[in-house]
Amino acid sequence: MSADVELDHVTIRFGDFTAVDDANLRIEEGEFFSFLGPSGCGKTTILRAVSGFLDPTEGEVRIGGRNMRGIGPNKRPTALIFQNLALFPLMSVADNIAFGLEVRGISKFERRKRADELLNLIALPEQAEKLVTALSGGQRQRVAIARALAVEPEVLLLDEPLSALDLKLRQHMRTELRAIQRRVGITFIYITHDQGEALTMSDRIAVMSQGIIQQVGDGSAIYNDPATAFVASFVGENNPFHGHVTDADDQRAVIDTKFGRLQGRNHQGLSAGDKAILFVRPEALSLANGAAADGNTIESVVVNQEFEGQFVKVYLAGEGPKPIGLSMTNDGSASLPEVGETVRVGFDPERATMLPVGELADE
Amino acid sequence: MSDFIVLFLAVLLALLIKPFAEKHAQAIWSGISSIHFVQRNGVVLSAYLIFSVLAWAIFMIILPQLYMVDFSFRHNLPFNEVGGPGDTWTLDNYQYLLFGREGDTEAMNWLHLKVFFKTILVSALVTLFDLAICYPIAYYMGQVAVGGKARLMFLCLLIPFWVNEILRAFAFRILFGTSGVINSVLIGTGVIDEGIDFLRADVGLYAGLSYAYILLMIFPLYNAIESLDHNQVEAARDLGSPWWRIHLRVVVPHAKPGIASGSTMVFMLTAGALAAPQILGGPSSLWFTQIIYDWFFTGLNWPQGSAYAFVLLATCIVFVMTIMRIFNVRFGEIAK
Repeated sequence: MSADVELDHVTIRFGDFTAVDDANLRIEEGEFFSFLGPSGCGKTTILRAVSGFLDPTEGEVRIGGRNMRGIGPNKRPTALIFQNLALFPLMSVADNIAFGLEVRGISKFERRKRADELLNLIALPEQAEKLVTALSGGQRQRVAIARALAVEPEVLLLDEPLSALDLKLRQHMRTELRAIQRRVGITFIYITHDQGEALTMSDRIAVMSQGIIQQVGDGSAIYNDPATAFVASFVGENNPFHGHVTDADDQRAVIDTKFGRLQGRNHQGLSAGDKAILFVRPEALSLANGAAADGNTIESVVVNQEFEGQFVKVYLAGEGPKPIGLSMTNDGSASLPEVGETVRVGFDPERATMLPVGELADE
Repeated sequence: MSDFIVLFLAVLLALLIKPFAEKHAQAIWSGISSIHFVQRNGVVLSAYLIFSVLAWAIFMIILPQLYMVDFSFRHNLPFNEVGGPGDTWTLDNYQYLLFGREGDTEAMNWLHLKVFFKTILVSALVTLFDLAICYPIAYYMGQVAVGGKARLMFLCLLIPFWVNEILRAFAFRILFGTSGVINSVLIGTGVIDEGIDFLRADVGLYAGLSYAYILLMIFPLYNAIESLDHNQVEAARDLGSPWWRIHLRVVVPHAKPGIASGSTMVFMLTAGALAAPQILGGPSSLWFTQIIYDWFFTGLNWPQGSAYAFVLLATCIVFVMTIMRIFNVRFGEIAK
């Protein structure tokens, strides 16, 4: 009923352009796995290689241990949910859901029975006779899921299916998708550029940029312990500090930045003399009151302030044109610095990540 | 004399309207400018649009056709008897197509009726043939080919049609003649010993008719197929569908209006074609339009010709409507 998916040295080129560069990973059966990355990073190309619309230039895609080369999308144990859903507008909801069964020569009566079961699963009973064009965005979304599930795929592939929905519905559908996945128990491979979707739904995430898989891990690993500068800057907000490593061991490293020497975790094995970036998240920064600061601090001028309710964002002049963001919980205890005031902020070195220089995600 | 009267009446009418128009000029003007259509397009443009559309519909379509209908119900009288006591309404012209002249050996006018039914049948077959040829091409251009390739194919399809219909028909004569290109090649390669008379076998005619209006099949089909979201084709494929079922369930239903509009045009124009049958028809084969032509220009019997033309028109319309009803295509869809 469910199968694992392996990418073994998968490279996909279109002419001179390398869309996917030597991707290696194994998606366990029953896992909810996401590919996260900006548009053009190659995540949709990987999805098309798994679904069978293209074969990799080099390497193998294996589903359930079987090499899928040369096997068309109509013969693979996968079902794909398209970004625009691609429901058949001239067919009723039931006919849409039962299309895959019709193809398999299943009788009309059986088809209808199965369609009704699936309509119950997606909580849309009694809509079977409607045209899909008469449904709302969220309902269509669910019909697309039911249509894909009807063929009992071992792997369900989803290509940014929530991107057309409004924010409220999108958040609701996240929970629902996750619930459906738990109920049917099959492998889900989810493509998205929305980190919120990836972080909330997935068991594991692969972050991609320019055809390269940057990091594979669960949500907290990706967020708390990014492996590359791209991941650190793409997932969540982060403040980069550029400089040279002056001192390093296998736990900590010290970097000489424009704001002085700063300390952070050294999980990527940097050594003294390397060019590096220290990433500190806005929520890891706090105002260091008075002279009690222990050295891991930055002094800068407040350039802006944004009130967001639960949080207050304070922006300090940074090393470049981009300001340093600082997120303070609005608990009423701290007095907020004024714009123009010079303040000193500090952070725990355990919550700062030292990484080799690399491409940053543009905002 | 009558010209003078018309002019006189026109001047009189203008003089009568003038005081009224002057008195209510303001009201008329504001009435006109409050019409939504006028507001949107301006007075000059909307006047032009209304006038040109009406003039086209009334003077170019409705009035001449009404004249022809009127003709078809009259006797073929010498000029000096027109308007005389013998100029009455009659069904003779229609009767003639069905039963021929009184005293003919056969009860029905099979000579003309056979040609008539053959014209309708062959036109239908030509339409089906064009559809079968064009569908794969249109699908390729609309869904498979990308950018430049589709445009290049368009040009290749379009350019031959810069050559006028008569020349194209004669080119087919050269191709299919007893000593024509095809026969020369076949004899030269030793496939056959003696030339085949394609024209006598009507092969030339059918090929010429299929070629004559083929673009009118391609374009609506292409338009319809091109507007299909390619993801739907992929979705059907992903759900396990073989290619023929994708076409049957997804592409053809979507392209139905295009198929209907292309088929209608090809069928109507083929049934009404004159050049191709004249040039490519075998010595013993006739197309119904040739009989109509002969009534007008050889027989100088316009009423008889009009009646024949109307029977052809009405039959074609009924035929097309019936087919559309069978395939459940609404009339508005073919204009999409």
